[in-house]
Amino acid sequence: MGKVFRFHKDVDTDQIIASQYLLFPTIDEMKDHTFESLNSDFASQVKPGDFVVADENFGCGSSREQAPSVLKALGVKAVIAKSFARIFYRNSINIGMPVIVSKELYDVVKDGDEMELDLQAGVITVDGKQYSCTKLPAKMQEILDAGGLLASLNQ
Amino acid sequence: MGHTLIEKIIGNKVGHEVKPGDIVTVDVDWCMIDDIMAPFAIQKFEEMGFDKVYDPNKIVFIYDHFLPATQVDDSRHFRIADEFADKHGLKNVHRTDGICHQLMTEAGYVKPGDIAFGTDSHTVTYGCVGAFSTGIGYTEMAGILGTGQLWVKVPETIKVEIDGTLSGNVTSKDIILKIIGDLTASGATYQAIEFTGSTVDAMSVASRMTMANMSVEAGAKCGLFAPDEKTCDYCKIPYDDKVKALFGDNDAEYSKILRYRAEDFVPVCACPSLVDNIKPVSELKGTKVNQVFLGSCTNGRLEDLRTAATILKGKHVAPFVKMIVTPASRKVYRQALADGTLGILSDAGAIITTPGCGLCCGRGGGILSDDEVVVSTNNRNFLGRMGTSKVKIYLASPATAAATAIAGEIVEA
Repeated sequence: MGKVFRFHKDVDTDQIIASQYLLFPTIDEMKDHTFESLNSDFASQVKPGDFVVADENFGCGSSREQAPSVLKALGVKAVIAKSFARIFYRNSINIGMPVIVSKELYDVVKDGDEMELDLQAGVITVDGKQYSCTKLPAKMQEILDAGGLLASLNQ
Repeated sequence: MGHTLIEKIIGNKVGHEVKPGDIVTVDVDWCMIDDIMAPFAIQKFEEMGFDKVYDPNKIVFIYDHFLPATQVDDSRHFRIADEFADKHGLKNVHRTDGICHQLMTEAGYVKPGDIAFGTDSHTVTYGCVGAFSTGIGYTEMAGILGTGQLWVKVPETIKVEIDGTLSGNVTSKDIILKIIGDLTASGATYQAIEFTGSTVDAMSVASRMTMANMSVEAGAKCGLFAPDEKTCDYCKIPYDDKVKALFGDNDAEYSKILRYRAEDFVPVCACPSLVDNIKPVSELKGTKVNQVFLGSCTNGRLEDLRTAATILKGKHVAPFVKMIVTPASRKVYRQALADGTLGILSDAGAIITTPGCGLCCGRGGGILSDDEVVVSTNNRNFLGRMGTSKVKIYLASPATAAATAIAGEIVEA
């Protein structure tokens, strides 16, 4: 079980991690500033195993891989959105963080809800109700299963 | 059945016909790595266990986001990139020449039909010469540095046809903003956009660059223009049969076709804080501004600076407005200096800065504070991008920016 942190549509990568923090040498140093302009408590409140749930077009804007990386470093188990911007989507898979498309979840969950995700089965459970989510294309699932592109190329 | 331009570019590269949805592995002609992402890509390259790059001549390092350095740690990025360039014999390293997306075509790298990837989302800009180029993350870039290849999904294409003649105060910036407003910020996600029609044919390569550059703001994977004689002049290549074949066929299958009459476009702004929140400038009249920014990979070219100079000549920026002008490259800077453009802008009260990305991404000068308003010719008005999250950013054309600087409030040129 993990807690839901809910975000609106068109959340851009500047909002996930602003450019002034990209000079920090490590993702660990950047992660405390995740979502700073939208919810300054996010980095201190999120716990490993929690979820980010969003409306359409999550992760639009810049190509910064630091955006999915800070979420992964904070222990976010998966991002579930109605749709994703393409670079964010590819980057997430490449660093081994699940990104899942669900057209209905955003509309039925609230901030702070407890939810469960079964990635293999493609099933999300919130408040006793089950929702199905789309599975990844085979090429991407292979990379994700390996733990990201780095691990996949090293295999 | 015919093919769209992106299908032709990818098909030529892999040696067989492709259709939308196909996943193919392509050989990469150009890798562009900017100063923000260089240390991260290099670290991943080393973690992947590669000991040499696939081709040192196809890799271009460009320092632009952190130039001139404004924070102590910035120079670490230059040092790490310099060491890597030395070790691997990279010759294409631009340390002070300008903004990456300007240089990739201006300095003679990307040509029509090429495939290029860059560690910055505005890599889509090279679609202005009929190349397939798009942004990727640094881990993926590290993979290309080692292998020379990347897998891509052949995208569907949205065709945008624009015919007719634009009125005097309307520029290609107004066109692309209007199109993004119509498509929305996610309307072209995973897709290519192909721009065609007599209005597009009449445009300079610089104007096309502005539109290709912003196609990513509608989520597009690339924004393409079929190369013509102007493109070939700009790229210094012959206008031969190979280039002439690079266009979208009439009977190609498009996911959507948008048709516009040039006469219907008016000057517009993208209002805070969404790129698709488009309003006519006439409706924003009276909005007081603190700063005007003319520059960036979207609108920092000679024609943009000249447009502003024509409006600002003999006039002065409003006393409470800071107008900041950043030419996109050293070449643009030198040309604008030689023809008197920079002198006119300076006489009008503008601050001229060195070429670079700093202002556009809130990383080097021109930072704004709560409730301040900026009219900017760049490509993103995201929350917090040019200062605090309470700064209001209006995106506009160089003409609107110049007229606004004089009036001290948003006005049409």
